[in-house]
Amino acid sequence: MSAATHTMRDSSTMLRRKFKHMLRYPSMTLQLAAIPIIFLLLFVYVFGGTLGDGLGGFSGGRSEYVNYVTPGVILLAVAATATATAVSVATDMTEGIIARFRTMAIFRPSILTGHVIGSVLQALISLAIVIGAALLIGFRPTAGVVEWFAAAGLLTLLALAITWLAVGLGMVADSAETASNLPTPLILLPFLGSGFVPTESMPGWLKSFADHQPFTPVIETLRGLLFDAPIGNNAWIAVAWCVGITLVCFVWATRTFNRKTL
Amino acid sequence: MTNAIETTGIHKSFGDHTVLRGIDIAVASGTIYSLLGPNGAGKTTMVNILSTLAVADSGTARVAGYDVVGQADAVRAAIGVTGQFAAVDGRLTGAENLRLMADLHHYGRKDGRRRTAQLLEQFDLEAAAKKPASTYSGGMRRRLDIAMTLVGEPRVIFLDEPTTGLDPRSRRAMWQVIRDLVADGVTIFLTTQYLEEADQLADRIAVLDTGVIVAEGTPDELKRLVPGGHISLQFGEHDQLVAAAKTFGEVARDDDAMTLQLPSDGGVRSLRAVLDGLDRESITVEGLSIHTPDLDDVFLALTGRPRAEKENQK
Repeated sequence: MSAATHTMRDSSTMLRRKFKHMLRYPSMTLQLAAIPIIFLLLFVYVFGGTLGDGLGGFSGGRSEYVNYVTPGVILLAVAATATATAVSVATDMTEGIIARFRTMAIFRPSILTGHVIGSVLQALISLAIVIGAALLIGFRPTAGVVEWFAAAGLLTLLALAITWLAVGLGMVADSAETASNLPTPLILLPFLGSGFVPTESMPGWLKSFADHQPFTPVIETLRGLLFDAPIGNNAWIAVAWCVGITLVCFVWATRTFNRKTL
Repeated sequence: MTNAIETTGIHKSFGDHTVLRGIDIAVASGTIYSLLGPNGAGKTTMVNILSTLAVADSGTARVAGYDVVGQADAVRAAIGVTGQFAAVDGRLTGAENLRLMADLHHYGRKDGRRRTAQLLEQFDLEAAAKKPASTYSGGMRRRLDIAMTLVGEPRVIFLDEPTTGLDPRSRRAMWQVIRDLVADGVTIFLTTQYLEEADQLADRIAVLDTGVIVAEGTPDELKRLVPGGHISLQFGEHDQLVAAAKTFGEVARDDDAMTLQLPSDGGVRSLRAVLDGLDRESITVEGLSIHTPDLDDVFLALTGRPRAEKENQK
């Protein structure tokens, strides 16, 4: 068997393993979608009337707010998948199974790529559910096919970045419990950005954080794509953040993996 | 006969802590070789080096004819490893764990199924095949672990304390598995803390103490080094003790405790000889106990200090 087919075969075996984990514990995948949907309903139906009026838009109220908040909730959904990934990686690291893989003549990186590809797909499934729920309660984007593809591409890029970060966090956690706590701050980032209210409404010190953290340009780019609004530099800043986080966390996670498993 | 495992001058330190200081071993193909030693002696480090999980600071090691550093993938293709902690995927079922191994060994679909079914049967796991491994008992996990190690039909198998934490019945079952394996011609490198286990299974034993092999040989050769085995007789009356001492000789007689210790290998034959002697002379004993040489005796004999003391010294 050639090296290339070896690589493909081991990678798909590891991805199948990840899928089996996800199917065995479907509650994890459902929970990933449930949390953002709960926030979506909460913010649209409880706060949405007031917050929508505060946006200063043409129509105002709840119907405007659902369009405003959905991109923020979408990012919340991506952030929430990090917890599942970190727990899954930490569980792997604390069980002896990784040591077994390392004594076998397999394509080494497939151990991690199985997690990463599986988690990105998990994030996209969760996103599809969340977007479906948003459409049901009045989310009405004006985007065409090209814009939707661009949005999907950006979200995949973000999911990849968050997943590598989560893999690294799962790797340094000494137990599954720690791993489930470490990514929690990520859930707050959409709130501390332009996800739920415009950053202009925040106090100065918070606004400057909110404007310069990675989630805000992603949210703004999504809004631009989905509602045909001006995007400005946000697209490039968003892509740069995603690629940067992916690269840094990729190096960090693979190094930690090699060190920890020696 | 060729050697399945050969090492020369293996050294390994972690920071200031030296774990292995110059290990030379040779394991003939198709035999069981046991590395015997207490916790912290360096047994697992040795297994890690031979199974390509760790790299020695100096020295060379060849497994199945390949260098563990330069030809690591060839070594990995030839070996199977069962570590101290069950290396199973708790979130998969027993059958799925075995299928995972079959896929990683690049078996075809049909061959993978067949091998999985065969191993589930061999290790008495058919009833639990569709349950997640996290629900297995300790003995079942260990059986699944060994079965996973065997999927790729390895020529050299490393078993790192395979019976630690198992109940006596599971331990016996594991011993039988190991005997069956070596009957099929594979080479087994076994680490253990139990002299009895090494004695039962191994063709040769190396005793590892703080990173040095202090003795090496067949079980019989090693046991000859250990004077600890004896039968202890407890008497109720002093004249009986005197009579017994006359019959068996003045060995380790304790008049205060009214005991007599007779050298013995712990076997039935030596026990029968003692009982026959007591019968013949109509000597009454209150109690009889058999003391077989254990790891403590080996350590005492080989290092001149008991195990507990050694651990304190460190």
